[in-house]
Amino acid sequence: MKRFLLLAFLASVAVGSAAETSLLNVSYDVTREFYKEFNPAFAAEWKRRTGATLELKQSHGGSSKQIRSVIDGLGADVVTMNGVTDVDQLAKAKLIPADWAARLPHGSVPYTSTILFIVRKGNPKAIRDWSDLARPGVQVVIPNPKTSGNGRYSYLAAWGYALRQPGGNDASARDFVRRIFANVPVLDTGGRAATTTFAQRGIGDVLLTFENEVALTIKELGADAVEGVVPSVSVLAENPVVWIDRTVAKRGTAAAAKAYLEFLYSPAAQELAAKHGFRPSDPAILAKHAARFPALPLFSVPEVFGSWEKAQTVHFADGGVFDQIYARR
Amino acid sequence: MPSSRSSRSVLPGFGLSLGFTLAYLGLIVLLPLAAAFIKTAGMSWSDFVAATTSPRVLASYRLSFGASFAAAAVNATFGLVVAWVLVRYSFPGKKIVDALVDLPFALPTAVAGIALTAIYAKNGWVGSWLDPFWASAVGRLDAALPGVAWKEWLGVKIAFDRPGIFIALTFIGLPFVVRTLQPVIEELEPELEEAAATLGANRWQTVTRVLLPELFPALLTGFAMAFARALGEYGSVVFIAGNQPLHSEITPLLIITKLEQYDYRGATAIAVVMLVTSFVLLLLINLLQKWSRRYHRV
Repeated sequence: MKRFLLLAFLASVAVGSAAETSLLNVSYDVTREFYKEFNPAFAAEWKRRTGATLELKQSHGGSSKQIRSVIDGLGADVVTMNGVTDVDQLAKAKLIPADWAARLPHGSVPYTSTILFIVRKGNPKAIRDWSDLARPGVQVVIPNPKTSGNGRYSYLAAWGYALRQPGGNDASARDFVRRIFANVPVLDTGGRAATTTFAQRGIGDVLLTFENEVALTIKELGADAVEGVVPSVSVLAENPVVWIDRTVAKRGTAAAAKAYLEFLYSPAAQELAAKHGFRPSDPAILAKHAARFPALPLFSVPEVFGSWEKAQTVHFADGGVFDQIYARR
Repeated sequence: MPSSRSSRSVLPGFGLSLGFTLAYLGLIVLLPLAAAFIKTAGMSWSDFVAATTSPRVLASYRLSFGASFAAAAVNATFGLVVAWVLVRYSFPGKKIVDALVDLPFALPTAVAGIALTAIYAKNGWVGSWLDPFWASAVGRLDAALPGVAWKEWLGVKIAFDRPGIFIALTFIGLPFVVRTLQPVIEELEPELEEAAATLGANRWQTVTRVLLPELFPALLTGFAMAFARALGEYGSVVFIAGNQPLHSEITPLLIITKLEQYDYRGATAIAVVMLVTSFVLLLLINLLQKWSRRYHRV
């Protein structure tokens, strides 16, 4: 009897895995609303194409926490992140090939974002550009670059701005970034916490955050409390997506996972991305929403820093430039 | 005091229960801790030293141990008063006050952190007047007694500075002191104080010579628990600390920071230092407690 039950159990497991029709998307914090709308759209599309029902699950959290879970065994079929460094960790752990970025269009980046400013209503400190952040007496809220993608992009954007100034070099950029961080009263651990510090606690004159978070914050607080500021130049924040080879091979979900990510590039999905404040990679759709996405020159991290890995080790590793900036104060 | 084995208990089962005790502690406590040590064992000694003694990490040890000690000391003092009042007096609403003491136990720490920050930030109820007061008080201290970096030590704000860390750690530590002292105070009979009074002790002597020696071991236990709890606290502190490197970064935050960089070994190395130090401190407190018990009960 016992053996029969065991066999029955094993059989049901086998049948269950043969008819596996679910995908787990492991993502970071602020894509929750976007994928909540995207998933039903893809499920409908998949049903139309194959006739099969696909169950889509999502998991959200701080980006490196999410990546650590995937490395430690969370069975993610696809990972949708806000930084190349995080996805590179998956390649280092041999979950995906090293050339993952080449497998999908635009370097596997279906939508992008950038870092913009939020200031108090009327912009009392007249903050227009990065140089204003380094002025004495201006308080700048940036989350910790060592713990948040948000802070990392803000830091790199400031550095890139300084390099582009006349006579700009590594030394001047370092001094510029040091002066900005001397103006940071609170180093929150995550982007959302920084928004709370600025918005609810009334700390700081300007908050640096992702474009989609800027729109959300202004909507939340009302246009009579805060306003957005577009600097002269900023950084291109890439949101790479990848399917996890090891998981999809084991679960037999390779086709569905690949189709899921490819669907992110479809016009319908690109429209959805725009709706949620992400810049679509499709130029036609980006142009259509030009009012929402101000045109400003955006430099990519590899363009200015050589590669993500280099930026990471030079600036944010222990004892790197960011640590040195604080040690010298 | 009878030693553990020589006195025969009415209930048999020493071997079995000791076996369970060791297995249980091994599984629940030692196994996870061993994982931290094993992870660290993969590091070379120079890497370990570099990870655990960089200036930023050293500054965080000073802050974490210092603030935890201060918070536990304040809790020991005022927790004693709270416990005394709750045991010795009856007043309307006592049950509610008694239940309030447990609240810091039950509240998720992130909620505590957000609530405390909301109150003590410069636009909060308390922060709006305490913040300027603190800034001017520390400023005056700085002017009156130069030579000490008062602003560095005490901070110039409440929330997003060192006082905020102290407040959060005090908040989470209070129940430990009160709950350890309450049963001990319940056992102290009021006759003890009456006897002291009839033998000619004044009020001060009754407290310092009769009551405190009896309460001291339990007070130490409560202090140690509050201290240990404060050392490991992360959730509530990060919201209120401001997290400035070398100034208001607690050690648990640095551990998380290392994890965020996928530096597992560096993170566990700092954790191991914390673990060993806390273990030694707790052991010392236990020994002190044993000593005080023997010293006072002749």
